Amino acid sequence: MKTVEDIKAAIEAAVPGARVAIVTNPGPSAQHSLRLEPESAVAVAKFLRDDADLALDFLSNVTGVDYLDKEIAEKIQVKRQVTKVVDGVEQTVEETAEETRKRVEPGYLEVVYHLFSVAKKHGPVILRMRTENRTDKVELPSVTPIWRSAEFQEREVFDLFGVVFKGHPDLRRILMWDGFKDHPMRRDYVDPDDYEYEPTAHDKVLARATAHQAEEQTEAAQGGAVL
Amino acid sequence: MVDEGLKIELGKQGVFVTTIEELYNWGRRSSIWPMQFGLACCAIEMIATTMARYDLARFGAEVFRPSPRQADMMIISGTVTKKMAPQVVRLYNQMAEPKYVIAMGACAISGGPFKQGYNVLKGIDRYIPVDVHIPGCPPRPEALLQAFIKLQEKIDGQHLTGEGRPRFLDAAAQGEFPVPEQGAHDLEPSSNKGVWPLPVVIR
Repeated sequence: MKTVEDIKAAIEAAVPGARVAIVTNPGPSAQHSLRLEPESAVAVAKFLRDDADLALDFLSNVTGVDYLDKEIAEKIQVKRQVTKVVDGVEQTVEETAEETRKRVEPGYLEVVYHLFSVAKKHGPVILRMRTENRTDKVELPSVTPIWRSAEFQEREVFDLFGVVFKGHPDLRRILMWDGFKDHPMRRDYVDPDDYEYEPTAHDKVLARATAHQAEEQTEAAQGGAVL
Repeated sequence: MVDEGLKIELGKQGVFVTTIEELYNWGRRSSIWPMQFGLACCAIEMIATTMARYDLARFGAEVFRPSPRQADMMIISGTVTKKMAPQVVRLYNQMAEPKYVIAMGACAISGGPFKQGYNVLKGIDRYIPVDVHIPGCPPRPEALLQAFIKLQEKIDGQHLTGEGRPRFLDAAAQGEFPVPEQGAHDLEPSSNKGVWPLPVVIR
């Protein structure tokens, strides 16, 4: 099978305007992946499926990944003017000081596709796509028109991560009910507080169960909803 | 009540003595028809229980009914997800009295390994009254048979009149249970306090 570099070159030669970045995997498996730009992703996917050498006719897996906003603290050298008294004379001296600046790198949602070729017996080729952020710009193109097996898995990623797939024929929630508002696999998801009864609670669950019971007891003391 | 020794003695003479209560309960416990539905892997064990090797038919429960209207017993065989829970409660409401529930397996009784997940109900007894709980993951067919025998014993011990009479003979008792709503974040309410009073946790 071609290496990721060769596949990248083949894509860029065949699909005009397509930009592909290689995401390396430093682990022993060395399964490097190709990061596609959402604009050209469908054309690239079509090429990967129909190309005679690659013939990636089987999409085995669609995965969602959530990357939170990252706060990065950087130390920067800053020059500033300081007034000092040197030898009894007031002077303006330039001084370098170290300052810590914080900036927030926006998080994003990532979708990972694992492709194989049944005809050529090779794979996997791994594709990735990232959304612009994790709040409002969460649209990515759907590859369901290219590989039919993506349909349910993209619905699952939509349900659990909240990635909106453009061009998906039937984008509905698949595991949770329609009226559900959250995306449970996101890292900032807060699960419902139904920890009324935890007979063998420990660690975080114990803390939650204790808090819940204390709340329940204050409610009972105030003559709230007691049945 | 008829003395047991006298009853046997009369039986030898060809005279059968019984009470209405005994006859009634015998009839009820000997033809409990389960409802035909399975929720997860426990259903496979339930199916095994009905097949020739374990043969649930010996206890009068061979007829699995595909309609709640014809069923007497509901076997909650497996994980109850929050998406499925309203339907389970609705099916229970649609069953005719007298009706019984066996909660089969770790998931049905407590949520099991998925207890701290976001989409699994932490035990079906939060919404409907459960007669017999069976632990296990999944419980073996013998355990289901044991639960079934326990249920028969329970029915046999029920008095038709007085304080402890079964729900369907008590006009004041409630026979329909509120179906939880699927809310924006969780089922609402998260439990039916009338059926499932908050258990006291002793630590």
